[in-house]
Amino acid sequence: MTVEEIIKPENLTYKKSPLLTDAPMHYCPGCSHGTVHKILAEVLEDLNAQENSIGITPVGCSVLLYNYIDIDWIEAAHGRAPAVATAAKRLYPNKHIFAYQGDGDLAAIGTGEIIHTCNRGDNVTIIFINNGIYGMTGGQMAPTTLLGMPTATTPYGRDPKLNGYPFKVSEIMAQLPGTGYVTRQAVHTPGAVRQARKALKKAFEKAYAGKGTSFIEIVATCSSGWKLSPVDSNKWMTENMFPFYPLGDLKDVE
Amino acid sequence: MRELRLMKGNEVIAEAAIRSGCDAYFGYPITPQSEVMETLMELRPWEATGMVVLQAESETASINMVYGGASCGKRCMTSSSSPGISLMAEGISYLAGAELPALIVNVSRGGPGLGTIQPSQADYFQATKGGGHGDYHLIVLAPAAVQEMHDFVFLGFDLAFKYRNPVMILADGVIGQMMEKVELAPQRPRWTDEEVVQLNGSWAVTGKKNRDRHIITSVELDSLKFENFNKKLVEKYAKVREQEVRYEETLCDDAEYLIVAYGTSARIGQKAMELLRTEGIKAGLFRPITLYPFPEKELAARSKQLKGILTVELSAGQMIEDVKLSVGHQLHVEHYGRMGGMIYTPNEITDAFKKMINR
Ligand SMILES: Cc1ncc(C[n+]2csc(CCOP(=O)(O)OP(=O)(O)O)c2C)c(N)n1
Repeated sequence: MTVEEIIKPENLTYKKSPLLTDAPMHYCPGCSHGTVHKILAEVLEDLNAQENSIGITPVGCSVLLYNYIDIDWIEAAHGRAPAVATAAKRLYPNKHIFAYQGDGDLAAIGTGEIIHTCNRGDNVTIIFINNGIYGMTGGQMAPTTLLGMPTATTPYGRDPKLNGYPFKVSEIMAQLPGTGYVTRQAVHTPGAVRQARKALKKAFEKAYAGKGTSFIEIVATCSSGWKLSPVDSNKWMTENMFPFYPLGDLKDVE
Repeated sequence: MRELRLMKGNEVIAEAAIRSGCDAYFGYPITPQSEVMETLMELRPWEATGMVVLQAESETASINMVYGGASCGKRCMTSSSSPGISLMAEGISYLAGAELPALIVNVSRGGPGLGTIQPSQADYFQATKGGGHGDYHLIVLAPAAVQEMHDFVFLGFDLAFKYRNPVMILADGVIGQMMEKVELAPQRPRWTDEEVVQLNGSWAVTGKKNRDRHIITSVELDSLKFENFNKKLVEKYAKVREQEVRYEETLCDDAEYLIVAYGTSARIGQKAMELLRTEGIKAGLFRPITLYPFPEKELAARSKQLKGILTVELSAGQMIEDVKLSVGHQLHVEHYGRMGGMIYTPNEITDAFKKMINR
């Protein structure tokens, strides 16, 4: 096929979601945030939710997510997105309300807000990016940092005596009666992206249908923070993160 | 027909919230204001007006829920007392930084720390000078009667939306717990979602429909842009100082000396002033109603005829700094206060007043 043939509309097999803006993303090469943003835009498009959704952005690398997807956004204080989402959902019960958070935002400073939002069963979707590190502030330890993993604040590797243990957030959320759907996904291969996209759509649908909080964890890479190339990051994630944070559904209430 | 009732200050906050068309209250229990949420839960406004009432897991969550609700263009509020307000400081700064309208009630108690559950006015600095980080101000209303607890809920919401800025009602444990006659306003309907779009649709997140997307945020990484935003806030506060000063003068026209006091202290100060008058001392009472903006020009104008001012506060002396800034250093200004939950009698104030006169 020539280029001219490829770009004919009838040969188009993939297109950029119109909900993705043209703003160049600020992410480092190999970062998972951009891929998750892309499937998020696609899911919102699938659900025809552009006019009917409000997203909450965190403090972390994805703080500027509102530049990339063309819907209404609220930028929350560090860790507080679930509380912000709770209020928005209670005031607009017929809208899709979701929060997008990193592991420092959600599992450290915002532990209280996420647990209580999930425990109240507020019908919102939580997208949790677990890259095992604080990307934005320069690669410090996160609650989800694996044992032995070096970071800026655990230069000799995470030592449980000094730093405690990595935190399995989805397992905790799955125990709470307020969650309706808890799943752990990744976006490191085209197949994983397709699967994550399906799970994300389901998460939105279930929260919208009033089945309780949907919690979708994405085990993610942070090449800069991990000090690995994008390819090696995916490899490291597959070999080290997945055994501790296994992918799949943890809870799916009818 | 006028609707008169005998009510506690805290209960009135709840009643007035419903009647003002408030969309949501988020709070966390703390003495001496827990009756606000208790009353709301008992009244179940979600059945009558659709108002949301939610007990949050902390004051941090409460204020961020207010932030979320305010972002939606809705009338949202919280109430707490001093330690809880400290916990809200971050969220209040974000509200100011994102230019969001919200109502925060502080029924203050003695501090620092866990302090005491007894009344105090030691949160003046926190309320008027910041409390959270960054260059911002709250509009601060100081009720001195249960009726004003009611009225300032309405006024507070109106000012909050007029300026897109958080407003604080700074009360204290006395006003919160005290029972007085109050005239209740008729129910003001809550805005419908369509009205929210009409009224606040230029900035609120209501779903991106037939317009560019709205982003509620306080972050701006371009320094020049952020300086310009700071300048915009400065202009807003200048306008607030120009237009929203409220105060009350009692027997000030022929006064040689003033008591300057707000809230509960103004009530006790009023009695002290009456006692001084019976002794032939020309005392007047100047009561700031807005603590920010402080009635500086008005107090300065009045000070021209004065020989001295006694500021009376349930604190170590906080408002006195604004009084001194207003009247300058030529005039003698003295502080009389009690702390830790102790409250002065009118006679204690008259004693302090006479000492000041004789200095
Ligand atoms: C109250 C507060 N404390 C600390 C920070 C600094 N800070 C910004 S982002 C961040 C961590 C972000 O890490 P994570 O949530 O894992 O997201 P990532 O950047 O990895 O996507 C921290 C500590 C802040 N902005 N606010």
